[in-house]
Amino acid sequence: MSFEDWFREDRLPHIYCAGCGNGTIINCTLAAVDQMGWTKEETVFVSGIGCSSRAPGYILTDSLHTTHGRALAFATGVKMANPDLHVVVFTGDGDLAAIGGNHFIHACRRNIDLTVVCMNNQIYGMTGGQGSPTTPKGCLSSTTPYGCTETPFDLCELATAAGANYVARWTSYHVKELEKAVKAGLETPGFSFIEALVQCPTAFGRRNKFRQVADHVEYLKVHSLLKAKRDRLLEKGETVPDDIFVVGELTRRNRPAMGVKR
Amino acid sequence: MTRTEFWQGNTACAEGALAAGCTFFGGYPITPSTEVAEHMAAKLPKKGGVFIQMEDEIASMASIIGASWTGARAMTATSGPGFSLMMENIGFAAMTETPCVIVNVQRGGPSTGQPTMSAQGDMMQVRFGSHGDYAVIALCPATVQEMYELTVKAFSLADKYRVPVFLMADETVGHMREKIIIPDKVERFGRKPFVPGTPPFRATDPDLIPGFPTFGTGQHVHVTGLTHDERGYPCATNPKLHMALVKRLVDKIENARDEMADYDIINPDAEQVFVAYGGPVRTVMQVMHDKKDTNIGFLRIRTVWPFPEKALAKFKNARRFLVPEMNFGQIAREIERHVRVPVKSIPKLGGELHTPAELIAAMEEMP
Repeated sequence: MSFEDWFREDRLPHIYCAGCGNGTIINCTLAAVDQMGWTKEETVFVSGIGCSSRAPGYILTDSLHTTHGRALAFATGVKMANPDLHVVVFTGDGDLAAIGGNHFIHACRRNIDLTVVCMNNQIYGMTGGQGSPTTPKGCLSSTTPYGCTETPFDLCELATAAGANYVARWTSYHVKELEKAVKAGLETPGFSFIEALVQCPTAFGRRNKFRQVADHVEYLKVHSLLKAKRDRLLEKGETVPDDIFVVGELTRRNRPAMGVKR
Repeated sequence: MTRTEFWQGNTACAEGALAAGCTFFGGYPITPSTEVAEHMAAKLPKKGGVFIQMEDEIASMASIIGASWTGARAMTATSGPGFSLMMENIGFAAMTETPCVIVNVQRGGPSTGQPTMSAQGDMMQVRFGSHGDYAVIALCPATVQEMYELTVKAFSLADKYRVPVFLMADETVGHMREKIIIPDKVERFGRKPFVPGTPPFRATDPDLIPGFPTFGTGQHVHVTGLTHDERGYPCATNPKLHMALVKRLVDKIENARDEMADYDIINPDAEQVFVAYGGPVRTVMQVMHDKKDTNIGFLRIRTVWPFPEKALAKFKNARRFLVPEMNFGQIAREIERHVRVPVKSIPKLGGELHTPAELIAAMEEMP
């Protein structure tokens, strides 16, 4: 099989805008799932609300498209009630870190055997471009018309601190790395969190001087700093620029987990 | 062999759930319902079930819906403030036709109100609390025995109608202890089987209920809270489809109103008729016992939603309906919609049951 076999063809065309990064992340995730050798019968996709959360609707498995921010709580019910199912959660920065923040930290704390892929476009795309908990300082959105003044969340630091077994960050530029990270997450018992920074030309790029989709992807590429390089900078006592995204495998450990297949 | 116990209402509720085959409980502590969760935490793991204490009531409700889609008989228990938090996902359960049981041991509100005191203030919230049009089933126990029996029944109704079913208890019944007779076995109805290959949300039977495609059985069902077509696919801007879907969700419950009606009638020829559910039933029973007057009728309701309106018509000589409730007349107003004689609401807030003297005084008062 290839990742293409996992799509519901009768749902096409999809709702994503031209140039959206979400399709890349969905493809990488399905490629990783496909490599696991899992069947469609034993795999369940769960999501909340937002652009990212529409993904399960295009995948030919059992899928649960739930309420805003609550995907992890629903997924906890699915996984605990039937640990034989492989449960993958698609979410976004608003869904996961704002309205779903409490569910996020508790799912990490329980270290429940879920794999969560967060498409972080740093904005509320579906409602038309409002600021989110990951909108960088100074960036424009419809609710931060003078530039965002709040400090954004580092979702990976949050997941690590709260207890997740596997945490990684990549961007829509790093497709091979992302695919491998998702696979590593799927293989890790316990809570796995993979953050994928994505371009959103319609809601974010348009307001923030990315005139072309490629400009935004280039930005994500140039501002990514490998964890190993970051660590070397820190070892040498050099300063790490504050406009970069640390990418790579950030956490991998084997703490006791819940809901692991018996 | 049946056995006799002396149990608290909340314990009877939990034991009823276990007897009904509940295998998943997701909950959050809140007075006065906590004993249900505590009992399930102790008993469920030993029976191979799952107890999980979630981070809040929003998550509790979400977890039981997720569990239900894997085929589990799932429940949660809460009280007023937690019930308010559950409203979001109760709407999701109604929209996605997910069988689940929610216990609300009612306490005084609004807001934090009276955590340890009794009330029936959530009777309209249970029917209309989540946004949009939908229908649910709500049962009201008046005794510890009914805490057990109606919990069993709630699971069967949830599975049969694919709808959230509520056990709307109150602190009085939840915390009181009295004799209960435990049956050998209880009646269980499962979910309607799904016909593989058919659209998962197509209801072809007259009961308007589709078969249940359990996750993990290869049906590839997409479940969404968005307005969806028979395939379960989002179709949120089609006016006719939305109308048809929501009408079916409401009709599958409302059309079964008579089938679900559960009530007792005493003295059907009476002119003065009490109508009660939950805790106040006990005071009316005392009045009936003390007065021994065939001109005092009593309609004791167990299924409050859908409201069993035809029961009211059985009191052919009724000149007045008297409705004691631990709220400001939430169900009295529902009764007014169905009768042509005066309806006297006898509200009591504060957390104590009406006394028999209060009911007698209200009855003897001229309209």
